[in-house]
Amino acid sequence: MAALCESFTLCGLGPSGGVGLGGGLLALEPGPDPDHVLLTDRGRTATLFKVSDQKPLGCWSVKHGQIITCPVVCNFETHEYIAVHDDKVLRIWKNKDINLDKVFKATLSADVYRIHSLPNGGPVVLFKGGGVRTLDVLLEAPQQEIENIITDEVIKWSEAFMEGQQPVLIFTTEKDGEFFVYVRKLKMNGLHKYKLEQQELSKPLNFTAHIKNQTITLLCLYSNDSVYKFLIPLQQNTEEEEQILSKSLLLNLSVSGSVLKGTSFVVLDKDHIAVLGSLAASGEESKECLTIWNTKFQTLQTSKELPLGTSGQLWCYEEKFFFTHGKVLTVIMYKCETSSLAAAVGKLKDSQAPEVSSFVNWNTLGDEELVVSFQSQQSVALKFESKMTDASTTAFEDELRQLMSKAQMPDFQATIGCVITALINRCKTNPKYYPRNFLLQIVQTRDLSYSLCPDLMAVALEKKDVHLLQICLQRFPDIPEEITYACLKVFLSISEAYLQRIDVNLESVICYIDIEFNNKEVKTEIVENGFNAELEQDIWDTNTTKETHLTADGEFCPVGPQKAALLNAVLHSAYSETFLLPHLKNLPAQQAVLFLRYLYYLYVKCSEKINTTLPGICSPTINQVMDWMCLLLDAHFTVMVMLPEAKELLSNLHKFVRAQVRFYSELNKIEGSLRELQRLHHQKDSQTYSIEVLELI
Amino acid sequence: MGEFEVHRVRFFGLVPAGVRCLACEPRGGRLALARTDGAVEVYNFAANYFQERVIPGNEARSVEALCWAAGDRLFGAGLGGDITEYDLARLCAARSVDGCGGPIWSMAANSTGTQLAIGCEDGSVKLFQVVPGGIQFERNLDRRKGRILCLSWHPSDTHIAAGSIDILRVFDVCSGQTVQRIMVNYHVQKVKRECIVWSIAFLSSGTVVTSDSFGRVQFWDWERGTLLESHTVSTSAVLSLAVSEKEDSIIVGTSTGATYQFQLLPVKMGSLEKRWVRTKPFQHHTHDVRAVAHSSTALISGGLDAQLVIRPLMEKMQKKGYDAALRKFTFPHRRLVSCARKARLLLFQFSQHLELWRLGSTNKTGKDGEVLPLCRMPEHLVQLKSKGPEHIYCSCVSPCGSWVAYSTASRFHLYRVQYEGDSISVKKVPKVPKLLPPAYQLQFSADSGSLFVASARGSVHVLQLLELGGCKLLHTFRPPSGSPEAVYLLAASADGHWVAAVSGDWAIHIYNLKCFKHHCAVPAYSCAVTALAIHPVTNNLVIAYSDQQLFEFSIPEKQYTAWSRMVQNCGLHRVWLERDSPITHITFNPKNPSHILLHDIYMFCVLDKSLPLPDNSALLMNQSTLKQLPENARQRQLHAFKICKKFQPLLFADLLDENCLVMVERPIMDIKTQLPLPIQQKKFGT
Repeated sequence: MAALCESFTLCGLGPSGGVGLGGGLLALEPGPDPDHVLLTDRGRTATLFKVSDQKPLGCWSVKHGQIITCPVVCNFETHEYIAVHDDKVLRIWKNKDINLDKVFKATLSADVYRIHSLPNGGPVVLFKGGGVRTLDVLLEAPQQEIENIITDEVIKWSEAFMEGQQPVLIFTTEKDGEFFVYVRKLKMNGLHKYKLEQQELSKPLNFTAHIKNQTITLLCLYSNDSVYKFLIPLQQNTEEEEQILSKSLLLNLSVSGSVLKGTSFVVLDKDHIAVLGSLAASGEESKECLTIWNTKFQTLQTSKELPLGTSGQLWCYEEKFFFTHGKVLTVIMYKCETSSLAAAVGKLKDSQAPEVSSFVNWNTLGDEELVVSFQSQQSVALKFESKMTDASTTAFEDELRQLMSKAQMPDFQATIGCVITALINRCKTNPKYYPRNFLLQIVQTRDLSYSLCPDLMAVALEKKDVHLLQICLQRFPDIPEEITYACLKVFLSISEAYLQRIDVNLESVICYIDIEFNNKEVKTEIVENGFNAELEQDIWDTNTTKETHLTADGEFCPVGPQKAALLNAVLHSAYSETFLLPHLKNLPAQQAVLFLRYLYYLYVKCSEKINTTLPGICSPTINQVMDWMCLLLDAHFTVMVMLPEAKELLSNLHKFVRAQVRFYSELNKIEGSLRELQRLHHQKDSQTYSIEVLELI
Repeated sequence: MGEFEVHRVRFFGLVPAGVRCLACEPRGGRLALARTDGAVEVYNFAANYFQERVIPGNEARSVEALCWAAGDRLFGAGLGGDITEYDLARLCAARSVDGCGGPIWSMAANSTGTQLAIGCEDGSVKLFQVVPGGIQFERNLDRRKGRILCLSWHPSDTHIAAGSIDILRVFDVCSGQTVQRIMVNYHVQKVKRECIVWSIAFLSSGTVVTSDSFGRVQFWDWERGTLLESHTVSTSAVLSLAVSEKEDSIIVGTSTGATYQFQLLPVKMGSLEKRWVRTKPFQHHTHDVRAVAHSSTALISGGLDAQLVIRPLMEKMQKKGYDAALRKFTFPHRRLVSCARKARLLLFQFSQHLELWRLGSTNKTGKDGEVLPLCRMPEHLVQLKSKGPEHIYCSCVSPCGSWVAYSTASRFHLYRVQYEGDSISVKKVPKVPKLLPPAYQLQFSADSGSLFVASARGSVHVLQLLELGGCKLLHTFRPPSGSPEAVYLLAASADGHWVAAVSGDWAIHIYNLKCFKHHCAVPAYSCAVTALAIHPVTNNLVIAYSDQQLFEFSIPEKQYTAWSRMVQNCGLHRVWLERDSPITHITFNPKNPSHILLHDIYMFCVLDKSLPLPDNSALLMNQSTLKQLPENARQRQLHAFKICKKFQPLLFADLLDENCLVMVERPIMDIKTQLPLPIQQKKFGT
């Protein structure tokens, strides 16, 4: 899924840089280093910013009366800045230069449209007449004549790429409502002209392009709220006259009745594009917003309203969007993950842990030589296996450790898988053999997955090695629901007394659990999100024993910290409801009640904080708690209703949830009013002069 | 009561200059403030922090340091290299002496106020003797390389500590020798940057406190040259520092806009050992806090964002009152806008130019809160630039719009503006009478036939304006007993009979214009006058004081009116008295003689004398409540104060005609966009 993250302001803009037609900036270009951008306004000034610090690092202006006509770009090889002012005057300077009047100057013989700077190819200058030169060539003779390729056409947009070692420039032009595309390969001196297929009643508004496998993909935003795709092959030697490019619809910018009037867009990855525009539903005022669309599924993934208006320009560098919003330049980060079926249908594992691939890359094993090496590894594993029969356990483990120290081998995962399988096989044949420390150590390297050693968890379940199970649940991304359920059942059935003697990773619970859960005399008043549990008790429920039950259910943890940590590991694992539910039905009623009680406790704990998150590392999220609670109730509905000791719990749970629902619905009501207030406030602030009516009574 | 058509003006592009330095009058109740444009202001603590004196700036006279010496004499020094004494009665620079050491970065007076020490660009520290009528060079102390950025006298006047780049030095005043030099960057590892000592204070215990560009506040033992304590308060520079008179509290200001208080506290309860502890952080500013001061009851800070913030120390407060509130001043306590009612023009006063605008108009009407469509946009007619380095003291446009006058420190200018269709011609009136400049306030008569000029020594000049574009001096009024203070506020009656003048000693004199005689003086009241105006029908003078009291004085009867006595008997509403910004303008509605229109920065009020005064239990700002009540229920709730807080910050409000108002606002956000970017701090992990 794609998501927009928090935004921040990069800088305020002057009066001309604001919103509206003709406002905005001239351009925003990447700076000399990562995290740097070069901002050129529509006047005389260019500024270099360090984005993460929100700080300007340098600012250059041309003299009064001059105007920068071509956005400042950075030559990535020399770290020089290049700008053109008054169409023809080229300036080149370095970071340390302050006064642009004193830096290198060259007056060219033709008007420049834009300069494109390529990371490995140097800057390329595109003239308004369609001529193209690399900067090096141009600087050798600045006054050289520049050919005029396009006569009456006007350049609308241009872009440059590196194809192999040669720069490729693409630009589009317009003449009398017809659009043309030119592709220029600099080294080959080849020029191709194409004509865009005409479209009734709509015309191109904005272009973007990318290159892959010798083919340029040109995307174009049309005024009929659709994005079309054109493919332009680069391997073309026939100099034909004006081929016509046929288009294919990529995306229709409409979602459930509302239509996005796009003004500009960028491509994020092969499946996602971001569009800035105004979203208009029928009968409603249109709102400017930034949206991310999935082109594969044709869906709107996320959007953000921009109530202060934009200039219609959008840039995207290093996973950050840049656009003007009101009187400021806003930066907003985004996340764009490849859409996966798992994310769509199941509960994907929380990706808090750093991204380490825990799957075997089966492609690496496809290669001939790797298969050979894999076989050799297998023989290593076999060798171990044979050794196991005679060598002492410690000597054997030492040898394995040596193997593990060579962890950077490409097929290391496969090797470890073989070793584990061999170990597990031995455990199965010899019930007394169980190298628990070593297994823990291997699992903690994070390079394993369930599919690589399917029997490991089964053996651990048999041995009731809860610590290993906990680590597996935390580390493995692909545990089948059946095993997850088996773990849950083991965890719930083990006695607290036994668990207290066992070493379990407690980091997910220590931050929120009350250790003295037996001390029931301490009665503290709990207020969850402004809701007092006692006040919410209804009159019809006048059971006198209820109060002690209530405290036991809501306030104190019904399980010990070790058990809680193990259950958290279960909550954290990935699952799909359809597959888990049948297994969950087999959970004994007493254990189901205990688990529900623990979930209720977690839910109350989560709700105490305004951000509804529990402190600590890997602690369960409120969504996980809610999902499991629903699952458990679904699986044991009749049992829960019949069971006398569950009745109290259910009724408390019901009351608590009802109070939460009420509380949130009240918040929702307030939200509407607050938003309205904010809207009024914005409206009021925009003008410099108005005549208003004021009544005093 | 009625509906008004409000011209809401937000195009007055005033950007107040940043605060450069502050100085509390020793044992006195006044605070001197200098801005980055060279303007010097004096705030009176006793008069509810009223900005009672303003000396406009001068491009050639920057002020880097201010200090009070010899009682109530105020001295300033700056990068021009001169030490200037200010005449607070005549509101101008009285005399200047060249420091002969290049630009002056710092200045400090000794504890008795008899000597001034200055720190210069060339690295010298020079002593000057304060003598009657000026200052006299005394001698140089031991000179070393490196500009002296800050200075502080030891309370016994025997030593001076001076901060420079990377170093602080202590001088013996008697011998003039350097007796200690301490490298302040010694403790920083791998120093590549220079460490600038921005501010310094010498405590009586012998401890020297410095604040520097590394964000540290350090305490040094000057005799041993050792570091006693070091507190890093900020990642950016600590620019300013001030110590309380009892030396138990310090305030520092940083370039991130934060200020911090340090207090000398016992290590534990009842212990004699005390240490400096950073106690309170405040974030009132967005930009550099270049100046701080420590009064006996408050922490005072001034920033480049032009704000002056007075933060009272609650532990020093006996009761909740006017002094116990945090106050922020961004805008001057006087008018910078004048209005030509008949011609519907506005004149905006900037530091070195004037702008004349014509208001737009509409032909529609509407209900409360509606924005009406404009049929004519406002128009910028003329920009008048003042030549020379001096800033403008005051300006005014006549009610008919055809005269514009302004004054700088040395010159008085009068222009005749003529409108022919769409074209405008501005002609300077060639021979203005030779008056002793500057003028502190200008006021045209209601018929635009004469101009009143507030001048020094309590005098008011009356100029007659001639149809053909000339003018002549008719008369000069002076208070019968004389006064050394300049007149700073004027009010003329609509019938051309009376003019009232307020001078710096807060005395209000009323003069008769028909027979050019002193008519009477309003009984003295011990607070500063912030605004006054004469009622067009009754010729009652309405006076607003800085303690928020309102008086009405009948000029013909030479006594307070019955209504005014009633107000004093009943007392004004508590909420009204607790407001923290002064009334800066009063006007009337000729069609509704019982109405008085007044405003401050945060509210506009129509005071209806025919209605009962609210008592403390009533809601003062009741307009929104009233609007929800049915017509018949309103009557019981009505009271005299009809307050509207919709327009903020309100720099000027006036009545154009019977139901048409003009309100000039200056949104703080608009000023902020004009300021340089503040130092950005990471918030919430962004």
